[in-house]
Amino acid sequence: MANADCIIIQGSNMAEAHPVGFQWVTEAKARGAKVIHVDPRFSRTSAVADKHVPIRAGSDIVLLGALINYVIQHEKWFKDYVVAYTNAASVINEDFRDTEDLDGLFSGFDPETGGYDMSSWSYEPDRAAHSGNPGAPGDSGGNDGDAPAEEDGAEETAQAAGDQYGMGGPELDVSKPRRDETLQHPRSVFQILKRHYSRYTPEMVRDVCGISIEDFDLLARTVTENSGRERTTCFAYAVGWTQHTVGAQYIRTATILQLLLGNMGRPGGGIMALRGHASIQGSTDIPTLFNLLPGYLPMPTVEKEDLSTYLDGIASKKQKGYWANADAYTISLLKAWWGDAATEENDWGYGYLPRLTGPHGTYQSVEGMIAGEVEGYFILGQNPAVGSANGRMQRMGMANLKWLVVRDFQLIESATWWKDGPEIETGELRTEDIETEVFFFPAANHVEKAGTFTQTQRLVQWRHQAVQPPGDAQSELQFFHEVGKRIRARLKDSTDPRDRPLLDLTWDYPEDEHGDPDAESVLAEINGRHLTGPDAGRHLSTFNEMKADGSTEGGCWIYTGVYADGINHAADRETGVADGPAGKEWGWAWPANRRILYNRASADPEGKPWSERKKLVWWDEEQGRWVGNDVPDFPVTLAPGTTPDPEAGGPAALAGDDAFIMQADGKGWLFAPKGMVDGPLPTHYEAQESPVPNVMYAQQHNPTRVTVPRPDNYSKPSAGMPGADVYPLLFTTYRLTEHHTAGGMSRWLPYLSELQPEMFCEVSPELAAERGLEPYGWATIVSPRAAIEAKVLVTERMRPLRIGGADGHGQTVHQIGLPYHWGVGGNAVVSGDSANDLVGVTLDPNVLIQGSKVGACDIIPGRRPRGTDLLDFVAGYQRWAGLTVDSGNEGVTGSGEDAGPEADPMAPPEMTSARPHPPADGPVVPHDPPGPLGQQPSQRPSHQPPATEPRTGREE
Amino acid sequence: MVQMTQGPDATVEGNPTADAHYEHPHPRKGFFTDTSICIGCKACEVACKEWNRNPVDSDYTLSNSSFDNSEGLGADTWRHVAFVEQDRQRVEEARESGRALVSLGMPTLRRAPGSGAGGADDAGAIRPSTRTGTRSGPLDGPIDASLVGGLQAGPDMGGLDVLSSLGSAVDSSAVDITPPDTPEFRWLMSSDVCKHCTNAGCLDVCPTGALFRTEHGTVVVQDDVCNGCGTCVAGCPFGVIERRKDGIAQPKTDRSPAPGVHAEKPSKAEKAAQPKKNKNAGVAQKCTLCYDRMTDGQTPACAQACPTTSIRYGEREDMVASAQERVAQLHAQGRTEARLYGANPKDGVGGTGSVFLLLDEPEVYGLPPDPRVPTRDLPRMYARAGIAMAGMVAAAGLAFLGGGRR
Repeated sequence: MANADCIIIQGSNMAEAHPVGFQWVTEAKARGAKVIHVDPRFSRTSAVADKHVPIRAGSDIVLLGALINYVIQHEKWFKDYVVAYTNAASVINEDFRDTEDLDGLFSGFDPETGGYDMSSWSYEPDRAAHSGNPGAPGDSGGNDGDAPAEEDGAEETAQAAGDQYGMGGPELDVSKPRRDETLQHPRSVFQILKRHYSRYTPEMVRDVCGISIEDFDLLARTVTENSGRERTTCFAYAVGWTQHTVGAQYIRTATILQLLLGNMGRPGGGIMALRGHASIQGSTDIPTLFNLLPGYLPMPTVEKEDLSTYLDGIASKKQKGYWANADAYTISLLKAWWGDAATEENDWGYGYLPRLTGPHGTYQSVEGMIAGEVEGYFILGQNPAVGSANGRMQRMGMANLKWLVVRDFQLIESATWWKDGPEIETGELRTEDIETEVFFFPAANHVEKAGTFTQTQRLVQWRHQAVQPPGDAQSELQFFHEVGKRIRARLKDSTDPRDRPLLDLTWDYPEDEHGDPDAESVLAEINGRHLTGPDAGRHLSTFNEMKADGSTEGGCWIYTGVYADGINHAADRETGVADGPAGKEWGWAWPANRRILYNRASADPEGKPWSERKKLVWWDEEQGRWVGNDVPDFPVTLAPGTTPDPEAGGPAALAGDDAFIMQADGKGWLFAPKGMVDGPLPTHYEAQESPVPNVMYAQQHNPTRVTVPRPDNYSKPSAGMPGADVYPLLFTTYRLTEHHTAGGMSRWLPYLSELQPEMFCEVSPELAAERGLEPYGWATIVSPRAAIEAKVLVTERMRPLRIGGADGHGQTVHQIGLPYHWGVGGNAVVSGDSANDLVGVTLDPNVLIQGSKVGACDIIPGRRPRGTDLLDFVAGYQRWAGLTVDSGNEGVTGSGEDAGPEADPMAPPEMTSARPHPPADGPVVPHDPPGPLGQQPSQRPSHQPPATEPRTGREE
Repeated sequence: MVQMTQGPDATVEGNPTADAHYEHPHPRKGFFTDTSICIGCKACEVACKEWNRNPVDSDYTLSNSSFDNSEGLGADTWRHVAFVEQDRQRVEEARESGRALVSLGMPTLRRAPGSGAGGADDAGAIRPSTRTGTRSGPLDGPIDASLVGGLQAGPDMGGLDVLSSLGSAVDSSAVDITPPDTPEFRWLMSSDVCKHCTNAGCLDVCPTGALFRTEHGTVVVQDDVCNGCGTCVAGCPFGVIERRKDGIAQPKTDRSPAPGVHAEKPSKAEKAAQPKKNKNAGVAQKCTLCYDRMTDGQTPACAQACPTTSIRYGEREDMVASAQERVAQLHAQGRTEARLYGANPKDGVGGTGSVFLLLDEPEVYGLPPDPRVPTRDLPRMYARAGIAMAGMVAAAGLAFLGGGRR
């Protein structure tokens, strides 16, 4: 980042949430870079940026799409780069229909499943490469040769599909597509892209995002003037982009823009995914996610009965790039886990792996708990009672378990909800009725145990143990090693085949005198070693040494090399600049200690740097290899201009200009021919609880989003629907520097607690005046799910946005900022209501993350009601809005239902101020408004288990 | 107090280390706090408290002052980050007042003739610098150099000629000299600390000698000597030093898993980690510039923790030099609101060891615009007292003379 000429921070409050990483922004700025912060709030990041651009939360695709359109219309795209390194020239098959054609849907949508059949998005095959295929290009029969693979895709529903692919995405049907290097073919990716974003104009940005045309122009000029051969622009985002029902597509939009501008794989370019806290990157590399195995290999599903079926689903041996070697990575992983018990005869132990029957993310697990399907729950380094969306669902789920294990530094709210949680106060839960047995284990903190952190740039850094953990506190390594040892001891005489995976595990890590396993031995196992042959016992140096014949083992292929030659390279601490600006001797970056991914793109197709100023790696003709300041992300002797053998697969199939070596076609994807379950191109859909209708398409929401229609998870009616104006305001959640996520590491520390002692909400002076909110007084914020109270910070840092045109037909959108660090409990130094109780659970279909950055609410002065009155208060609003489990959960809202959003744009918020507001301190239910809205009874479906019946406790 | 520039040799004027008669002169150490790159993370506040084991200074309620909940420096808070929210008008005033501090014939900098108001509004805001390379020095290039010359050595007509000759060619020139758009709004953040004055009021008035001048030119309280008389509290023109009341940095719950489970006795280290109640209660307390760290050659905790190098620590002379360089850089960008605080040896405290770059008047940050060490007036007071005494004597003498004998 320090090398960037321009940094756009969007969907991130980097200075506050990543203050240490922000040093590189400061450094870039000191070198002359421009920094623009696009965010609903003016935060500490905005304060040190050159410019803050306020935006309506949930409209980023319109802004980014308009930048794409600007880049294309003003011919600002980096032609040589785009033609050579992206799939702009690839031709898409003729069955493809864009959202422009279908008013917000792509071709292949199945209203039954709510998902897409992606086959119509695929490339049109190149006749020369697919010589076996009959039929002319453009003929739909051109795909017949790949039909089996396609059928796989067609079977997958949107919900399932997102879970099933590793980082490599799905196997690509056509990896050698027809190309038109002039980019003029009407079905070329470039032309499709151009049409798709043609209506994403500055005027649309003004009307949808609330950004002035001047500000957009400034942003567009700054980005484009700082991109190209000589200059690079970098984007930084965090959960302000991911936590949306179209979150994955936000990032895709930025990817398209950065590819068009030639900012990928080059110094100072790229898209920085700022992770939530230390080693969240590491916990996706070696995942805590239900759908991945280490190194972004997918978790097997029940349909993948044997290893070869599983491997076929990852990559074809014929496709380009390194995913074609997934068999070697997978078998090495199985060998690392099961050692000698993994043999060719038993499919290398593939049968030992658990199989997915569907999505098993956090929220599905919680639903399972509430339904009584989940008995036990481990909570480590997490405080879901405070930190997860719809906190009440989380707590109600935990109240329905048999056992709960919480490992933390302190008695966090997730360990104490049974005695002092919000539901105890409302009477929904009574301590004596809760059958969950809660075990609390004290955990060692990061200075009390050794191990690694992997940060956002994939840099693996070793942590040395500074002190022994106090009392009974243990490292996670010790805890799980011990759990494993005890379970295996219990099972040691078992003959039940289902116990074999546990008994056959390699589970013999050396321990120190305190019983703590040696973390370096785990890192060595992750790195891998040769098992047989002359090198037996030697640590692997690169994943290219991994074999599919069982002669190697390695716990995570992308980490191979971190322990090369038996040296812990994560602990490398050379700060010198002798090895160039990349600082290659500090820590170790996966893969292969490479600091910038796809850095082949930093040189032109002939292998020369695009410019002296931005050079990174280049082709050295004399040596016949790639050289430079970073480890080349390319086969090191593959010369520019090389044309691969058409029959080859894997790395050997890469051409000299296939810079994106992990992609099945070697190109950066402007258009995703497969893999994104909600469309090949990012498209603007309004958030689940957006205050406005989608003016771009008849389709209001992402049609493939995963809804959770439950009475404890109501959504606001979609904009324009009856009852939508009961919750007229938009809230967005965020973090503060002074606290750490759900507070487990900060609200127990006096020094941090005193710096931000109380839950507050940030509102604009205009909204405060409209609602009679007193500065630093109390306010109650009510969403379709809950009500919380917070102190009021009235600040000009929150600005009302004018949406929907300057011609007087617009409306004002008020946004409320809510930090989410506080929780209700009696143990912390500071506590308070939790913003996440307000948030609903509606998920992005690709990654199953909740849309927590846009919520609907109302705000009134005064503290919230207490006890059962709080339930009445929330229910009163729900009745008023006429909420049902179907509210806001429409699937397709286009064709035929146009009358909804278009006939009646939502009522202006001014109307709401005429409503009677409940007195500040009284448990008063809002009056039902006249008309049909109030007459819809709020009936609770009876299928809910008693423990979750919101009124149970109260009625006793 | 507030001033733009001074020659490097100006700092020699008041060398408190030499004044304190140290036999082996150490360079004077100090801070440079560049508020223009402060992100308000408060890491300095926490690092300071952690290292010095200072008590909590809060009743855990919002202090009704933006994101500032520690309110000010005191006995328990030795670093304090101020948060100031300002509208456009205030920014313009700050820019003007900062510009007025530069009596160097700078106006041609502001707006190139010919580019006009529209040019300034339109092109100014975030115009990407066309300067190439990743040189970190802001002072390369002929125009910048001339600016610095002007700033440091007075009006440099050669430099001005270069500037004014740019004229309408400004848009394509190599250096962006139009001022940035005035932002609609800004949020100032600034980390305050003890100034470690050249002429330190607290030290001057301390009757017990508990306050002393260290070999590094800083001012430190000896906790075990201080008798808590509080004279220094009134002696500090910045309101930095204060007597500690009570209060402890005790977490509400300890790390033991549950009552009764933690059977073993706390180790010596654990005991030591638990701060004693009322540590140094009643005693005057303030920033020591981490005297204990400094003597071990380490950076003070706040500077060590600062992620953006907003707080820099080093030899005071270097600190002042880089502060001047930074002001020049910001002025060259049209950000004339930048000014230095504490770098002028002729101010009321003889300059401070902690130098600040501010983006508005000192009062905005809660700093006195013209601090004066109380003992500064002593000579004059003694002189007047002497005159008065002489007058008294004279009057008495006159009385004798005039009285005559009865």
